[in-house]
Amino acid sequence: MWTTSVKVSPPSEDKRWKLVEATMRRLGHEPSALIETLHTTQESFGYLDDVSLRYVSAALRVPLSKVYGVATFYHFFNLKPQGNHNCVVCMGTACYIKGAANILGEIEKTYQVKAGGTTEDNELSVLTARCLGSCGLAPAAVIDGEVAGKLSPEQTVERLEKVIHP
Amino acid sequence: MIAEELSKTAAAEREAQAQFEHRINVCVAASCLSSNSDKIKSALETEVKKKGLEKSCQVRGVGCMRLCSRGPLVSTETQGEDETQPASVLYQNVTPEDAPALVESLKGEPVKALECPTDTPFFKSQVTIVLENSGKIDPERIEEYIAVEGYATLLKALTTMTPAEVIAEISRSGLRGRGGAGYSTGLKWTTVAKANGGSRKYVICNADEGDPGAFMDRSVLESDPHRILEGMALAAYAVGASHGYIYVRAEYPLAIKRLRAAIRQAERNGLLGTNISGTTFSFTVELRLGAGAFVCGEETALIASIEGKRGQPRPRPPYPAESGVWGCPTLINNVETFANIVPIIREGGDWFAGIGTAKSKGTKVFALTGQIHNTGLIEVPMGTPLREIVYEIGGGIPGGKAFKAVQTGGPSGGCIPAQHLDSPVDYESLIQLGSFMGSGGMIIMDETSCMVDVATYFMEFCMSESCGKCVPCRVGTAHMYDLLQKITRGEATMADLDLLLEVCDVVKNTSLCGLGMGAPQPIFSTLRYFRDEYLAHIEAKQCPAGVCKIHEGNEEVIA
Repeated sequence: MWTTSVKVSPPSEDKRWKLVEATMRRLGHEPSALIETLHTTQESFGYLDDVSLRYVSAALRVPLSKVYGVATFYHFFNLKPQGNHNCVVCMGTACYIKGAANILGEIEKTYQVKAGGTTEDNELSVLTARCLGSCGLAPAAVIDGEVAGKLSPEQTVERLEKVIHP
Repeated sequence: MIAEELSKTAAAEREAQAQFEHRINVCVAASCLSSNSDKIKSALETEVKKKGLEKSCQVRGVGCMRLCSRGPLVSTETQGEDETQPASVLYQNVTPEDAPALVESLKGEPVKALECPTDTPFFKSQVTIVLENSGKIDPERIEEYIAVEGYATLLKALTTMTPAEVIAEISRSGLRGRGGAGYSTGLKWTTVAKANGGSRKYVICNADEGDPGAFMDRSVLESDPHRILEGMALAAYAVGASHGYIYVRAEYPLAIKRLRAAIRQAERNGLLGTNISGTTFSFTVELRLGAGAFVCGEETALIASIEGKRGQPRPRPPYPAESGVWGCPTLINNVETFANIVPIIREGGDWFAGIGTAKSKGTKVFALTGQIHNTGLIEVPMGTPLREIVYEIGGGIPGGKAFKAVQTGGPSGGCIPAQHLDSPVDYESLIQLGSFMGSGGMIIMDETSCMVDVATYFMEFCMSESCGKCVPCRVGTAHMYDLLQKITRGEATMADLDLLLEVCDVVKNTSLCGLGMGAPQPIFSTLRYFRDEYLAHIEAKQCPAGVCKIHEGNEEVIA
C-alpha cells in the first residue's frame, strides 16, 4: 500500500525532473494532477517513456494501468521519441478542402515515412493535427514549431529540405 | 481594487495613451503572428526609435483584426484636430521591410500600396459585441482592458446587484449557449444557483475548441483574455461558486500564455482572489490543459479530464449542474458565452434581446474559411442570411468557381447547398436545414469539393475521436467509415447505401454522447442535398468533382 509518507524520488539526477516535481507539488500530489504532470514531463523530455510513466504513477499514487490509459487516450502525448525535426500537417476541414491530403502525401512519398512515424535516419517526424486554428492560412503546417501557411506540396518539401539540410 | 481605484487606473491609462499623437497597432493574434507580425512589430519599434519619435508614437500589439487572409495586419491611428489625416488606416500583407514607409506615412499620406479598405461589407456588416475589444487593446496588459471599462461591470454587480438580479438580467437577454446546442444560459445559471451542493460549486469555461475549421474561441482568448475572466467571475457570483477552471486545448500555446498572464495580473490587482473589491465574494481561476481529445468538448468528458482521468463521457442525468467536478454543482459555459456576459450586465438584458431574431438573440462569431475571398473572423447579428455572409462579407468564391455548399457545426453539422442560401443563420433555421449551429466554424466549399469525400472526412474524424466507451459510436463510426470508403472507391452497390442509412439511424439514436449522436449528421445532410453525387459514385463509378480516385484500385483517399 502506498501511504502519503512515502517519498518517491525521481529516477535519475536529471535536472528536468525538478520541473516535473514542481508541477506535482503545485497540485498537491493529488491523483487529479496526472494530466498536468504528463504535460510537464513531455515538455521537459520530449516524450513519455516507461521510466517516466512509472515514476509519475508512483509519485501520484495512480495505478500504472491508469497512467498508461491516460497517456494513450490523449493524442497529444507521445510514447515514442521524436525525430530531430518535426512537421505537423494540419488536417482541419479548411486545410483539407484546400488540399492538405496532397501535402501529406508528398511528404510521405519524399521521405518514405507514414504520418505518425519518424524517418529511419531519425531526422524527421511527421504528424497530423486535427486543426491548428490557423484556418485563415489554410493549408497550413507547423515545421519545428513555426507555422507555415498557404502551402503547396512542393513548397512544403522545399521548406523541410531547408530545415533538414541547411 | 475598489471601484474608485479602478476608475483611477482607467483614467491614468487613458491619459498615458493620449500622450501619443500616433499609434501603430500590430496584430499579434495567432494567424498574423505565424506570418511574422512579431518581426514587423520590432521593425516598427526600431524605426520609431531611429526617427526619435518614441514620445509621440506608440507601437503596440493588439488582438485579432478579423481579416486573417490579408494578414499580417497593421493599423495606424492618429489623434488630434488635424482633419486632413484620416483617423485610422488599416494596412494588409505588411512585411518588416515596410516599417520605414509606414512610420513615414504618419506625417503625410497613407501608404496606398498596402492600404486595406475598411468601408467594405466585410467590416461594415459586422456588429461587434464579443469582439468589441479585439484588435483595439493590447491583450497582454490589464491596464488597457481597464481603460475600456474592464472589470467595472464586475465591481458594479458585486456592489449594487444581488446574484438573483444578475441571473435575471442574463435570463432577460435571451442568451443561449454558444457552444452549439443553444441551451438557455439563464436557465442553466438558475439551476446551478439553486443546486444544493454544500459549500462548493464550480464554474468551468469550456475552451476545448475541437471542431476542425473553427478558431473563434482561440481568437477571443488571445485577443481579450480578461473579458473571459470577468465573465466567469460574474457567473461565479451569480451561482455562488468560488473556484473556476478554464479547460483550454494544449494546441493553443499562445492562448494559454495570455490566459496565464491575465490571471496573474487580475490576481495582483485584486480583481480575482479572496474578497474581491473588499466584498465577501472570492473567486480563483485555474487553467487545465486539454491533451488533444475532441470528445473532451462534451461536458461530462471535460469534467473527467479536469479530474485527471481519461476523457470519457458518462450518462446524464445527473447533469453537471447537480453533480459535476468532484461531484459538486458545476456551471459549464463556452468561451463565447462568457464573452457575452459583460456587455449584457453592462448594457442590460433588454438591449441584448433587441439584437437578433425572436428565438436567437445577440450576435454570433463565425470562423469563415475555405474557398472564399475573405477568410477570417466575423461577428454578425443572429438571423443574417447565409447569402450575405458568403457573397458580401466573404466576398464570394475565388477563381470564378461555383459555390457548392457551406458546412457549419463541425463533425456533427451538415452542408447547406446553394438553394438555401437565403435562410437566416440562427439555431432553429440551421437545424431545419439538417445542419447545426455548432461552435461557429463556417467552411465554404466550391465545385472542386466532392460531398461524399467530405462526409468520409468527417466520419474518419469521428471514428478516430470516438472515446470507445459506448458500442454504437465505437463500432458504428468505423462501420460507416468503411461503407463510405467503399462508395468513394467506386466499389459500393445500392444495398450498401441502404445499409449505411440503417447504421446511421442506430448510431444517432443509441449513442451515449453528442459525438456519436451527431456523427451521422454529415451523411444525412449530404445525402439529402447531394444524393446525385452518391449515385454517381455507386452507379456510374464516377466522382463528379474529380476528388475520389476511383480507378486507382484500393488506394485510400483519406491519407
